Amino acid sequence: MRTISAAETAPATYAWAVHAEQLKVRAGRHLAVDGLDLRLRTGVHGLLGPNGAGKTTLMRALATVLKTAGGELTLLGEPVSGRGDLRRVRRELGYLPQDFGFYPRFTVREFVEYMAWLKEMPKASIPAAAQRAVERVGLTAKADAKMKTLSGGMVRRAGIAQAIVNDPQVLLLDEPTVGLDPEQRLDFRELLADIGVDSCVLVSTHLVEDVVAACTDVVLVNEGKLVFQGSPEALMAHGEQGDPGFSPAERGYSALLRRHRGGAA
Amino acid sequence: MTMHPDVAVLARYADGDPGLDEASVWSVESHLETCADCRARLAGQIPDDTRALLDVVGAAVGRGIEAGPAPARRRMAIRRRRLAVTPAPWLTMTAGVLGCAVLLHAIAPDLPSLVLLLAPVAPLPGVAASWNRRTDPAWELVAGTPSAGLGMLLRRTTAVLAVVIPLLALAGARTGAPLAMLLTPCLAFTAASIALGSLIGVRRAAAGLGTVWSVAVVAPSLATAQLPVVLTPGGAAAWAAAAVGMAGFAAARADLFRRLNSAD
Repeated sequence: MRTISAAETAPATYAWAVHAEQLKVRAGRHLAVDGLDLRLRTGVHGLLGPNGAGKTTLMRALATVLKTAGGELTLLGEPVSGRGDLRRVRRELGYLPQDFGFYPRFTVREFVEYMAWLKEMPKASIPAAAQRAVERVGLTAKADAKMKTLSGGMVRRAGIAQAIVNDPQVLLLDEPTVGLDPEQRLDFRELLADIGVDSCVLVSTHLVEDVVAACTDVVLVNEGKLVFQGSPEALMAHGEQGDPGFSPAERGYSALLRRHRGGAA
Repeated sequence: MTMHPDVAVLARYADGDPGLDEASVWSVESHLETCADCRARLAGQIPDDTRALLDVVGAAVGRGIEAGPAPARRRMAIRRRRLAVTPAPWLTMTAGVLGCAVLLHAIAPDLPSLVLLLAPVAPLPGVAASWNRRTDPAWELVAGTPSAGLGMLLRRTTAVLAVVIPLLALAGARTGAPLAMLLTPCLAFTAASIALGSLIGVRRAAAGLGTVWSVAVVAPSLATAQLPVVLTPGGAAAWAAAAVGMAGFAAARADLFRRLNSAD
């Protein structure tokens, strides 16, 4: 249980938690996100796309880590593409990078508490929030173990814990299921559904089955552009019997990609 | 605040009347939590045996608290520990180089003081390492937090200076170099690397400034065995002015440090 502040129950003054218009972001010299339009509300959104589609670059731009090269990006009603102050938006963000480094000599608890402190949470609430986050990802037994002693899946879960420690309004998870075993993946889907009730969650993955099972909305990108956005059922409806793939969703995925590549060529 | 409960309701609550329905009990209790007057009124209405029971419980709880363990102390603040981790090898290197400079001064006192010559660039390795993709493993996590920016860079720089300045003072005391001529160039170069860092990144700025200083000042003065004009005692005021100017420039460009590109 936690207390709910008046700010949380106040109606939002923006239509979309994440709103990108003609967004352009560079990865090095290459324009990895090139004129992408995206609108996301509360719920769990799955970000799909082939390797090199610009998923990670898009995630970094949404996490306000990378500067945008063009277009408009608005998070929680505040523009973040310019030079303005990012503090207010960043306090409401949770971000798990694809390959995230950590301080090997920190314990899981210290790591999560340090990130909570960097996210400018009130000092008095940090220990309880860190404990709750560690419990939610199922790492309670390892809370006081050093990060360097953890397995890959546990490190991943510690990363998820630091992302959710501040109860973010916008949660960005880049490949969170890598290294998790099948049982942990099921637990993780439950956690996602729980968080997605009142925040906007964007999960990037290349596992189509994960998206169908855990997401209320599918976002498909290719070559830095939005190809498709809709429910998992709508994704499946795009696939036909002859398309490659083992499930309706995979067939829908490959059919949409092929059509996009054909249209671009 | 909710309405004050009726006196009759409060009396029934105090007696533990089973006829009082759950919703009324709940509303009385939630009101009592916020209203000292009603708590006082309730205290005057509870029967004697309940009062005796409450006294016994209160005394027992008090004894239990006194006999129990003391509240756990908060652990050491994590950020202090964090500061000590990343630039440590670079600071060790700086200490080593300054030690060599002191030794060299003792061996060859005719040469211009190496301590003086190296003082401006002494903090640069530590400053470059304190906010850098390569030396901070969690840079991508840290860069997305509200604390990232000039404030964090300054905090880490201060920690580096807190180690480098005493080292310089120590080296100056051993070689007789004037303290003002050690510290003001050191501060000016630190501020300059941050100011220039807002344009090209702190690591590149520190490396560039260090190289320029070595090539343009240190090498010629060692070759000619003469202390350069910029390090003669009269220059302290100019160095101090430069430090303030650079710091002002960096503060004006604070927003450029919030993202990764400009601060790596």
